[in-house]
Amino acid sequence: MSTEATTDLEKHSSPGRGGPPPDPSATGHLAGLAGARQAVRRIGFYVFCCLLLAFFALPLLWLACAPFDRTPTITASLPDFTLQNFDTLFDNPYAMRSLGNSLLLAAGTGVLVVVFAALAAYALSRVRLPGRDALLYTLLLLSSIVTGTAAMVPLFNLAFELHLIDSQLGVILVLTGGLLPSAIFILKDFMDGTPRSYEESAQVFGASPLQIVRHVVVPLVRPGLATIAVWSVAQVWGNFLIPFLLLRSPEKSPAAVVMYTFYTEGGQPDLALISTFSLLYSLPVVLMFLLVSSRYGFRFHGGIKR
Amino acid sequence: MADISMAALTKVYPGGVRALDGIDLTIADGEFFALLGPSGCGKTTLLRTLAGLETASSGSVGIGGRDVTALPPGRRDVAMVFQDYALFPHMSVSDNIAYPLRIQKVPGATRREKAAQTAAELGLTDYLDRRPGQLSGGQQQRVALARAMACHPQVFLFDEPLSNLDARMRLEARTFLKRLQRELGVTTVFVTHDQAEALALADRIAVMESGRIRQLGTPAEVFRYPANTFVASFIGSTPMNLLDGQVAGGRIDVAGALLPVPEGLEEGLAEGEKLVYGIRPEYLGLAEGPAEGALRGAVRVVENLGSAQLVTLEGESGFVQAVVDEDRRLTPGEIGHAVPRRDRALLYRDGELLNRAPAESGPAGRPGEGEAA
Ligand SMILES: Nc1ncnc2c1ncn2[C@@H]1O[C@H](COP(=O)(O)OP(=O)(O)OP(=O)(O)O)[C@@H](O)[C@H]1O
Ligand SMILES: [Mg+2]
Repeated sequence: MSTEATTDLEKHSSPGRGGPPPDPSATGHLAGLAGARQAVRRIGFYVFCCLLLAFFALPLLWLACAPFDRTPTITASLPDFTLQNFDTLFDNPYAMRSLGNSLLLAAGTGVLVVVFAALAAYALSRVRLPGRDALLYTLLLLSSIVTGTAAMVPLFNLAFELHLIDSQLGVILVLTGGLLPSAIFILKDFMDGTPRSYEESAQVFGASPLQIVRHVVVPLVRPGLATIAVWSVAQVWGNFLIPFLLLRSPEKSPAAVVMYTFYTEGGQPDLALISTFSLLYSLPVVLMFLLVSSRYGFRFHGGIKR
Repeated sequence: MADISMAALTKVYPGGVRALDGIDLTIADGEFFALLGPSGCGKTTLLRTLAGLETASSGSVGIGGRDVTALPPGRRDVAMVFQDYALFPHMSVSDNIAYPLRIQKVPGATRREKAAQTAAELGLTDYLDRRPGQLSGGQQQRVALARAMACHPQVFLFDEPLSNLDARMRLEARTFLKRLQRELGVTTVFVTHDQAEALALADRIAVMESGRIRQLGTPAEVFRYPANTFVASFIGSTPMNLLDGQVAGGRIDVAGALLPVPEGLEEGLAEGEKLVYGIRPEYLGLAEGPAEGALRGAVRVVENLGSAQLVTLEGESGFVQAVVDEDRRLTPGEIGHAVPRRDRALLYRDGELLNRAPAESGPAGRPGEGEAA
């Protein structure tokens, strides 16, 4: 959009900038005036866009500056450059370990969600079940409750009964359960979009159902799987409630929970620590998005290109 | 190598569609067998039931003397080529061809070697590293054939493999297919709704209508002696003229025209009996002037067939089509007199053929030859 806009701007402003006017008399002057008005209107528009952008970019700007500032505040300002904050962070006993925990939870959930969602979506897409669509919609509806605040108490009770309190496996299972319905829903659409004749062809050659899934279905829906994987990792990475609820020991807590504990002795939020940690915390997700989108590309609908 | 036998094979889809209705059929070892019929008559269903992709509702299927009715597709030792070829889009041509071997756990190197060998036989060597999406329709078809050949099945099943090709390619591919089948000698069942294709390719043809076989025979038999009016109107590049008539004094009275009774049928016809007189447009000649035993009608449409013209006459018997010489000048509205060839005329009573096919339909030859697809 932006490139289009700039060329547009150039086109409009060029007569005002002194390209030879068609007639150097009064009409030329008038045309110049109209051009100037156009240009002013354009400039106003872009200034407005920039302000809007700045408003949204400010937090990101803060994230980029504050970690390198000797005395970070909640305003974004040119940093008084230092790497001191990183040293402090690395000295914190829980900070780095929590990133590892986040990674573990995210990866575990991601793998479970992708594997189970792929198998379930394939089955649901290929087998005729009475009430299949109703089942899917109900699951989808309930899933927003499962990992939400509403189910907090029952979830805690359930985890308690299953001895999954203060266990990372418990967190992974609960998160997986919450993410699965949406994942199945999205993946089923991908599966529906792949023609059956591929699978039947493999079937005639003697491939078993699991071979068919591995050799034919998975490669065909790979963009869908990538989308689901990234989406679930991002969901887990940012999830605060479930690990906060189910994990007791700080050495098992993920980054989102640990960040909550960064206070100075005076009870003030430790901005130096928080900003630095935030930067480290957001980097993996950004990197993952870039990597996956360059390798597979994201798509949210099925259908294959041939 | 194997023969195929079906006994009382019936397939009822959920929802009650009776796609196959008691099919009894035996296909000999090495035969090139065509299943022909209009859309929705159950050809694909029959093929899929042979492959095991559909389970029969009742009846049995045998391949090579083995009852395979309850066997899953992978254990029937058949290879199927789908109408859309179903080449895996994410695999190279080489991997596609080698896929059946991959399932059979043949080691990678042997697999690639075999794939290259099969590809060479079909002239695909230059395309081994391409994806199916980068091939033309004809090349894709050959890859699909190569993939089917690679696992050396007992039976080939083809579901309209030529229908995605343009008319020219189709002629080439069909000759190629026939040669290939001859060389391999593998029993082949071939589904098509194009009668010219069936006539040109098959050793035997089964003409189907709504889940039943209406006629079974060699292309010559099916073309020369269609067993019923359904087959008669289905087979032939131009549909056969089927005219309502009546026996009158040893002749057939078709709307006033007295046509001679076909040879060998003089006895057994009751005076006044209602029959259907069948004659192919190719066997109707246009006389120069009024003639005895000719169908009279005004020229309505003249269609150029290239080396001949198809003329539609409108007379008292309805529309009659005749194929006439390309040099003949015809103007719409002019009165034409179409004279049937007596030895090619057919009579149908209650929709069933009265003529008897001679024990050996020798010189009748292969009428399918000249027909454009
Ligand atoms: N999966 C299915 N469920 C229900 N009915 C079906 C199914 N597949 C096919 N049919 C029906 O069975 C009948 C035979 O279908 P089939 O596909 O065998 O026809 P066909 O002869 O191959 O036609 P075409 O030349 O159009 O491919 C049709 O009436 C069709 O509607
Ligand atoms: Mg079909």
